[in-house]
Amino acid sequence: MMKVSAERIDVTQSIYDENDRIAAETWKVLDEKCIFTVNVMGAPGAGKTSSLIHLIQNMPQTRSYVLEGDIESDIDTVKMKGLGIETLQINTYGACHLDAPTVQKALEGLPLSEPGILFIENIGNLVCPAEFMIGEHIKLLVCSVAEGSDKPYKYPLAFEKADMILLTKIDLKAYVDFDEAFFFKGVQALNKDAAVFEVNAKTGEGFDGAAKYLENLASGGTEVKTYP
Amino acid sequence: MHEYPVTEQIIKIASEAAREHDAARVSLIRLVVGEQSGFVGDSIQMYFDILAVGTLCQGAALEMEYVKAQWICPGCDCYYVREPLSFACPQCGQDGLPSEVGKEFYVKDIEIEGRKDDESVC
Repeated sequence: MMKVSAERIDVTQSIYDENDRIAAETWKVLDEKCIFTVNVMGAPGAGKTSSLIHLIQNMPQTRSYVLEGDIESDIDTVKMKGLGIETLQINTYGACHLDAPTVQKALEGLPLSEPGILFIENIGNLVCPAEFMIGEHIKLLVCSVAEGSDKPYKYPLAFEKADMILLTKIDLKAYVDFDEAFFFKGVQALNKDAAVFEVNAKTGEGFDGAAKYLENLASGGTEVKTYP
Repeated sequence: MHEYPVTEQIIKIASEAAREHDAARVSLIRLVVGEQSGFVGDSIQMYFDILAVGTLCQGAALEMEYVKAQWICPGCDCYYVREPLSFACPQCGQDGLPSEVGKEFYVKDIEIEGRKDDESVC
């Protein structure tokens, strides 16, 4: 007869452990191929795809690749491919962020034939993409003035984790009562290291500087945090 | 959808720990959930009740220990919970820095039953 008695077992294991292990594997493979990988995060409609197009077009000497994450549709991939950008679509059909196993599997379908920059456009969401590592060298946060200047205060983790921030749609500042001082005070409190670039995808304003900064990061000109 | 894959991980971690100890079942799983981890206890519970069926964790209770996000003041070195729309230290007014407190998301411990070496014939 079995004696039933409860016994406490210490576990202390992070629920992210397996994700992080796979992310580290992906990072190693990409790093060895000299593929500098950018996890592109931002709310739906922030201007992630338009920003990527401008960044890539401002780096004509750099080979660029894109992994497009969307819940459904391949609208962004069609747009990218139409511009001659090597792009692969990931559809998550409901999942609100990309995780490391999804990215690792998807990358099997994207031949990264020569060194360059791989942009992984995460699902439009300002919450969980910041929580899951996917094998990136840096996180690029895309945030539009139309979302409001209170976003660093409401979604602090995304701003804290970003290595580079694009503030998009700056032509709309006057129309949406964007409080610049309040926004930058929040960004500064959360993240003293991230470079912030103000850009306008309608005119292309600001993307040249952002692209130069990114190319410099990718070539090792600016120190990038080592993989945790 | 957000909590679905993490609930699978919780069951996997707890089941592996239970197997390592030759347990017949897991009766309790204690989680530490930081406020900034972005995960909602009730939602984890909902997925858990479905996903645990047929595993060593079936019927286990989930206990969650929530941790508030805390900030560190560079002026007075204190930890504090911030007010909405502000990062200011309540003592000196300086903007604080994010800390790791409130980002936790891990399985702290489990309670197991029916360990094989507990078996005895009466």
